[in-house]
Amino acid sequence: MTTTNLAVLVPLLPFLGAAAGLLLGRTAPGFVRPLAVLPTLASLVLATVVALRQGGDQAIDAATGLTPTGSVPIELALHIDGFAALVAVLVGVVATCVQTYSTGYLREDPRYPSYAALVSLFTSAMLLVVYSGDLMVLLVGWEIMGICSYFLVGHYWETPEARAASIKAFLVTKLGDVPFLIGLFALATDAGSFRITKVLGTVASGGLDHPTLIALLLLAGVAGKSAQFPLHTWLPDAMAGPTPVSALIHAATMVAAGVYFIARLLPVFAASQAAMIVLAVMAAVTMLGSGLAALAQDDIKRVLAYSTIGQLGYMTGALAVADRGAAVFHLLSHGAFKALLFLAAGVIIHAAGTNSLAAMSRMGHLRARVPDAYWTMTVALLALAAIPPFSGFFSKESVLGAAEHVATGHTEQAPGAAGWTVLIAGLITALLTAAYAMRLWLLAFRGRGADAPDHGRQPLTMTVVLWMLAAPSLAVGALAYRVLPDWFDGRDLTPTLTTSVLGTGVALIGGIVTYAAWRHTTALAARVPLGAVAAHPEGDAAQVEAEAIASHAPVYGGVAYAPDPADPGRLLLGPLHRHAAVGFHLDAVYRALFVRPVQAGASLVRFLDREVVDTYVRGAGALPRWLGIAVRRAQTGNVQTYVSALLAGTVVLAVAAVLVATGA
Amino acid sequence: MHLAYPAVLSALLFCTGLYGVLARRNAILVLMSVELMLNAVNLNLVAFDVWLSKTAEETLHSGQALTLFTITIAAAEIGIGLAIVLAVYRNRGTSDIDKLRDTAESHDTDGPDRDALTAPQAEKAEATA
Amino acid sequence: MTLAATAGLLAAGPAPVAATETHGFLSPTGVEIAFLLVGLVTFGAALVTVTTRQLVHAALWLVVTLGGLAVEYLLLTAEFIAWVQVLIYVGSVVVLLLFGLMLTRAPIGRSPDADSGNRWAALAVAVAAAGTLIWVVVDAFRTTWIDLDGPAAGSTKATGESLFQNWVLPFEALSVLLLAALVGAIVLSRKAKAESDSPSVNSRPVTGSSPSVPDSRNHPIGRNGSAEGTEPSEQEGAR
Repeated sequence: MTTTNLAVLVPLLPFLGAAAGLLLGRTAPGFVRPLAVLPTLASLVLATVVALRQGGDQAIDAATGLTPTGSVPIELALHIDGFAALVAVLVGVVATCVQTYSTGYLREDPRYPSYAALVSLFTSAMLLVVYSGDLMVLLVGWEIMGICSYFLVGHYWETPEARAASIKAFLVTKLGDVPFLIGLFALATDAGSFRITKVLGTVASGGLDHPTLIALLLLAGVAGKSAQFPLHTWLPDAMAGPTPVSALIHAATMVAAGVYFIARLLPVFAASQAAMIVLAVMAAVTMLGSGLAALAQDDIKRVLAYSTIGQLGYMTGALAVADRGAAVFHLLSHGAFKALLFLAAGVIIHAAGTNSLAAMSRMGHLRARVPDAYWTMTVALLALAAIPPFSGFFSKESVLGAAEHVATGHTEQAPGAAGWTVLIAGLITALLTAAYAMRLWLLAFRGRGADAPDHGRQPLTMTVVLWMLAAPSLAVGALAYRVLPDWFDGRDLTPTLTTSVLGTGVALIGGIVTYAAWRHTTALAARVPLGAVAAHPEGDAAQVEAEAIASHAPVYGGVAYAPDPADPGRLLLGPLHRHAAVGFHLDAVYRALFVRPVQAGASLVRFLDREVVDTYVRGAGALPRWLGIAVRRAQTGNVQTYVSALLAGTVVLAVAAVLVATGA
Repeated sequence: MHLAYPAVLSALLFCTGLYGVLARRNAILVLMSVELMLNAVNLNLVAFDVWLSKTAEETLHSGQALTLFTITIAAAEIGIGLAIVLAVYRNRGTSDIDKLRDTAESHDTDGPDRDALTAPQAEKAEATA
Repeated sequence: MTLAATAGLLAAGPAPVAATETHGFLSPTGVEIAFLLVGLVTFGAALVTVTTRQLVHAALWLVVTLGGLAVEYLLLTAEFIAWVQVLIYVGSVVVLLLFGLMLTRAPIGRSPDADSGNRWAALAVAVAAAGTLIWVVVDAFRTTWIDLDGPAAGSTKATGESLFQNWVLPFEALSVLLLAALVGAIVLSRKAKAESDSPSVNSRPVTGSSPSVPDSRNHPIGRNGSAEGTEPSEQEGAR
């Protein structure tokens, strides 16, 4: 089979798996698990084959126009370069791991068939986005991912948090998608085609008329999908979904789609200096804000969510300095270790029966209950904090190196201001990242108090997946920065000495300071008892997690917040902690700016409809009704009355006829 | 003789009968009023026949023949009508016309402006059906 | 007025003949005075018939009305019609109506509810109809006179000749109609008897149990009455 055919099969197989899963989910429950795992695994194998065959050489392009679509043709097109091939492999790896993990995690969930089908559909859509060479086809995958995300975040729809989170995720991403769509149309109008190759050709020849406008419109969609400031608020709330969904969608793949999209169309953005500056500022604000917010979260998954936002900020920062190699490198390594972090967090939540770090810090020997999660999470946190030699170090250093490269004026691809912004924000974020990674690790695994409840060993499917994902975080980084430039556009990804020393230094400082703060505050932990444990610790992991999410707000007074004086983050952030815990009040701002006016408008419309429009409708009905009542009164059944009316009419007619006949 | 005399008398008798048909309650009195109306017509027929047979030399005497027919048919009508009235009286116990109101909708389903009432009634009807 | 002109056109043939003779509108002949007086009596009796509150009296006043009409026929020289009127109407129809009143147990004496609530509407309709009719009739025939001189137009001889020369076929058809009416009256009575045997089939529960259901011995009377009503008329017609 040719590489093109194989590449077509890659998104198609999970799609067929999803369709079959939805059809057979009720009638043949025995097939659901193979139907969920096997197509994803097959498409991973195929994606690997495609990547090996492509090998970073000339991009594979294939297109077929199904039907004429007007002035700007839409074609089913493939465009597989090194980025696409490798990102597809990452998606396949994470999706396979997540599907395998889900078979254990949602072991007893009655809605597992539809869940697995939606995950498969999501995987298919993401692979479509990755491989597509046509912007319209890409948009199809993009929107399918959005709706799948909506359904999967709302998987525990019995809890109000999940319902609210799914609607919020959908609305906020759609808010970005509308300008994104307009931007795509504008881009296609300028370029005369939706094909990525032709768009890039137009940009290269300087044929783009409105580069800044297009870039900013597209940026809105990217900010919504990749959870960048100011459209990032849906991502922490989306943690109300099941943990595997968070790992797949909200850490490794969907949120990376925005970054990947910019990486594909980087010349379009690079054509506008203003867009690059906006991108850099957006990345810097996202990185710093999310780092501070992550330090104040109590829910372990929200910490990871804010961490995801921060790491995505790194990627957009790399794109702001026009280095897509570094961005996609960080995307790949981050996808692996962040999926690992989420999946391990799912194991921990199951074992501890709570998602609250404050409660975990009052449990002894939690790490002994889940040794696999403990070790793999340690590895992933080290990668997250960019400690050498873990993979995160190399990818992050490549980002920082690129920023330094631009800042010091070695290249003219991006404005120097963008370089400085990204570099400084990146370094501060490295400090914050190390601090919250350390805090997470200390609170989760170094708790003191009563022993954690013992539920026996975690399912094998869940622990094996953790080690599979730990391997790339451990080893691949050092290998990758030598190999990857062959696949990408040939830019060097080797860490430079200056940024390496600086980055690792601030990371170590962050870790040490957090450790010291923890030593200082941990004595308080014993004095303030705290904790809520899920009511059904024997249930499967998904049930425990749903109950933990549902009980967090009533017990601690907020989904993100816990009144725990023993939290080192509280000591480190000081007065900032209160604001950081609620995401710097962005939700409140949005509520005041958008939700309240919309609700007020809705109530106004409701009032107008009920009181004004309906009055006319009722009035229109009243007149015939009164007429009907009057006519009904006449129908007495008395024959004499009828005959009287008949004869009276006859007399009137006769008189009229006589008058007419005589001409009077 | 002036033709207006019988014609006006005929019209007056006809309208008297008309009033009786419309105003009388007892069915037999209504039948009497119908007889009055028929007789008014007969008077007309006879008067015009006499007039035409002299002035126009109309030899068919259609007016008188038709009068005879009308009398005959009126007799038949009164027989049938009384039989009907008797049958109604046996069944209903009354011969009052304004009490025979089967053509009106019955009063228990009567609800012109009470939609809220008809819904439970419909439900009740469904329940009993 | 044009209405008069229309009527004049209708009577175009006889109009010159009538116009040549001298008639005084305000100088009535003896026949006219007699007609007027009998007509007043007839009309008054008719009014009493439709307004009296005593049902039996209504039937009796109807006799007066019908008799008055018979006199009017005589004044119009239609002697055969007059005798038929007396025989059939006064002799049989009124008797039949009286039987009907008795069979339906009509109250003897004044019944306050003889008129329905429709009375005033009926009065309005009747007055309007009377006004219209009289206006049209008077307006159309105010210059028309009936010539009552010469051989009587409605003598028995003339009527018989006309009836059996020109109207034989309708006459025979009418006898079939009378037969049908006879059979119909019998069938209605018989059917009513079957119903009275099982009153719960078609009758309402309330009235079905009412004490006014007549007993079966009334049926032959009703049937005989209707037969009496139809047979003489047939015989009279055939005579």
